[in-house]
Amino acid sequence: MSRFSKTLMALFVGGATMAALAPAMAFDRYQGIGRPATASEVKAWDIDVRPDFVGLPKGRGTVDQGVELWETHCASCHGAFGESNEVFTPIVGGTTQDDIKTGRVKALVTGDAPQRSTLMKVPTVSTLFDYIQRAMPWTAPKSLKPDEVYAILAYILNLADVVPADFELSDENIREVQERMPNRNGMTTDHGMWPGAGAAKGGIGNGGKPDVKNVACMKDCKKEVQIVSALPDYAQDAHGNLAEQNRPVGQTRGKQTGTPAEQKGDAAPSAAAATLALANEKGCMACHGVSNKIVGPGYNEILAKYKGQTDAEAKLIAKVKAGGQGVWGAVPMPPQGHVKDEEIKQLVQWILEGAKAQ
Amino acid sequence: MANSELRLGRIRPAPENFLSDEQIQSVKEGRRDFLRKAFLGASAAMAVPAMARAAGPGDPAILNLPAWTTSLGLPVAANPYGMPSKYERGLVRRESPGLTRVGGSSVAFTPLQGLFGIITPSGLHFERHHQGWHDVDPSQHRLMINGMVKTNAVFTMDDLMRLPSVSRIHFIECGANTGMEWGNVAVPTVQYSHGMLSCSEFTGVPLKAILDMCGADYKKGRFILAEGADGSSMTRTIPMEMVESGEVLVAYGMNGEMLRPENGYPLRLVVPGVQGVSWVKWLRRIEVGDKPWGAKDEAVHYIDLMPDGLHRQYSSVQECKSVITTPSGGQILLDKGFYNISGMAWSGRGKVTRVDVSVDGGINWRPARLETPVLSKAVTRFNVDWVWDGKPAILQSRAVDETGYVQPSYGQLRAVRGTKSIYHNNAIQSWKVVESGEVSNVQVL
Ligand code: HEC
Ligand code: HEC
Repeated sequence: MSRFSKTLMALFVGGATMAALAPAMAFDRYQGIGRPATASEVKAWDIDVRPDFVGLPKGRGTVDQGVELWETHCASCHGAFGESNEVFTPIVGGTTQDDIKTGRVKALVTGDAPQRSTLMKVPTVSTLFDYIQRAMPWTAPKSLKPDEVYAILAYILNLADVVPADFELSDENIREVQERMPNRNGMTTDHGMWPGAGAAKGGIGNGGKPDVKNVACMKDCKKEVQIVSALPDYAQDAHGNLAEQNRPVGQTRGKQTGTPAEQKGDAAPSAAAATLALANEKGCMACHGVSNKIVGPGYNEILAKYKGQTDAEAKLIAKVKAGGQGVWGAVPMPPQGHVKDEEIKQLVQWILEGAKAQ
Repeated sequence: MANSELRLGRIRPAPENFLSDEQIQSVKEGRRDFLRKAFLGASAAMAVPAMARAAGPGDPAILNLPAWTTSLGLPVAANPYGMPSKYERGLVRRESPGLTRVGGSSVAFTPLQGLFGIITPSGLHFERHHQGWHDVDPSQHRLMINGMVKTNAVFTMDDLMRLPSVSRIHFIECGANTGMEWGNVAVPTVQYSHGMLSCSEFTGVPLKAILDMCGADYKKGRFILAEGADGSSMTRTIPMEMVESGEVLVAYGMNGEMLRPENGYPLRLVVPGVQGVSWVKWLRRIEVGDKPWGAKDEAVHYIDLMPDGLHRQYSSVQECKSVITTPSGGQILLDKGFYNISGMAWSGRGKVTRVDVSVDGGINWRPARLETPVLSKAVTRFNVDWVWDGKPAILQSRAVDETGYVQPSYGQLRAVRGTKSIYHNNAIQSWKVVESGEVSNVQVL
């Protein structure tokens, strides 16, 4: 037994009672492997909510409560009205009263909406509850209580006129709300791309029948070749220098595109590139763009503000370390305590030198 | 090989891996031989065409012994974890600018233009995260099984790695691979057009063995939900039929080592033939149930918009597809003469049985050689000889799988699915070659 650690021993002792709860586990073949889960363990992880509302926790929340929670937890990324395109595609927009009646979003047919918002697509309100509860806010997932999820969801649904402004959403009335989802009739499973049994056998879809049929013609398959699309001019240089994305030997070389690269020879990636990688790794780039605001200001804005101020570096290092709000708006930056002091210094210096990629 | 003599007196020094504007101009004027001259100056050994006859005393790369032949090299374990040569630094995962807004919910594409054979080096496996990635402590990682089972159960990594394991080679392709190209050409190279594709040897335990242990109700429980341990706790519904066939694996190994953190260390689901989103990373839970779950990534994303405004839901299989990786978009052919056209073919429905290649935009086709191994739901490498006469050409490949399904053309796909579905674009890819040797991305119906 000496090879078992203390924690393992504790588990084994605990395991004796756990196993008693459910002796049915087929340990016989693989003895000593796995153990029954406790009820609290299952409860801690099994938070999914299905379209038939199996798994839905009890709770309630009003649109008004939702407005406040949204402001605090969601608006910075998704916009005050769920309309923002900065961090992700808009959550709300593109649905009409008529869609709520028919359950089919018309803009999906006409192509009128500039973008497909979440509410234009999602057929099931359970999906939104499940997802917000498990994954949002993006930087602090699973921090919301069920009542808060109900309230926020009520607010989102109100933005799309699915529920009125004085609505309270709850586990009791969510089924009625489902009947008003704008795209509830907008899905089809009549296709051959479900990898299990077809609908006829209790599964999904047509049982694997492909929807397009080509034949392997070998000779004189067509009269002429018509090129219907080629790389647009604006995209020619958009992916950097292709010469540097190919091998220096072989059958081909990469084409020189974009601004001609410096002939750096075998130089290692520059210090700037390494700092950019650090900023990515430490999560700074989730909230700051090099030249655009995300949750916090763009690095270009920070540079513009502090350029020439001799005490800026020290001030910003302290700010990043401790977090804070008020300089750029009401949204706070959380303390960046997980980043080492010298790394914060490196990052701030890099920002003040223009946050260059190379 | 008219211009193949080395005129040593006229060598122009140039960097070895790109062409200057002046050189591109001279290519456009039809002076293709400059390439070998240019490359000679910088690093002759790399670029001299094999058949080049040496004028004068000969090739300086042979005559002047290089440093690596005349000095002591580095000791063992100078790199405890080996890295590619510095000359390979161009072949890395890259993002497609403007495709996504934040790096934590984004894609980094595999540089298919530089890969050989069928296995993707683990460090180049494409990345797709929804809420960033973590390096999960394997001693703290747990797999829970619950739902329609006799016993809800918990397994540690120690448990899972004690179970009988299997190793299998499979491709993984994101459902949105080639998604940017549904309506028109949008990206320059195969890295961005097809690089959400990788193929690895995965090692792990068939999920069936684990569900058996827990006493799964196979009669009523015809679906499973897989869930990740990251912030997104991504969930996807998978049919029990696939689990029962033994092909769905709970995998910890990839290409002989543990999974890389970006690919789900220490545990991910392997769902052969199915789009990558179902291969849940950092796998923490499997639930057995009697209905699909309608998760975010099966009710808001990974749904295919059809021309009638309906979205196809639960579309999961990656249908038969192929692409020529050399020569491909953004590359330049060195000269007229012989080339080995090489590419990858795969099908989510089984083995690739055949790949045909056309160099005239699909008027005439020739069968390519399939290199072994040819495995079910894995990438198959194909090659075909080509002598380029210096004239414009359009290269295409067309794969056929063991069900008889033939990879469709853009015209055929769009006739049924329109151009807005984002997902599951498996159309025949065309690469246009012009007289200068430049290769670019085009679409042919
Ligand atoms: C720090 C930025 C951030 C914050 C704060 C945030 N989100 Fe998100 N949200 C995102 C990103 C990024 C995605 C896309 C994630 C992905 O790719 O899977 C997303 C996706 C979503 C989606 C799904 C949209 C779709 O079409 O897939 C919903 C719904 C959502 N968020 C709701 C919320 C709610 C409610 C809150 C507040 C409780 C919130 N978000 C806070 C960044 C954020
Ligand atoms: C969750 C989002 C978030 C993350 C992650 C984040 N920031 Fe910020 N950051 C903000 C916000 C919001 C502000 C604006 C605060 C204010 O108005 O005072 C800000 C402000 C700043 C400023 C300017 C401070 C000032 O007082 O003018 C700097 C510099 C900065 N961040 C650097 C960083 C660095 C470096 C990291 C990574 C280690 C980082 N941030 C991570 C949200 C974030």
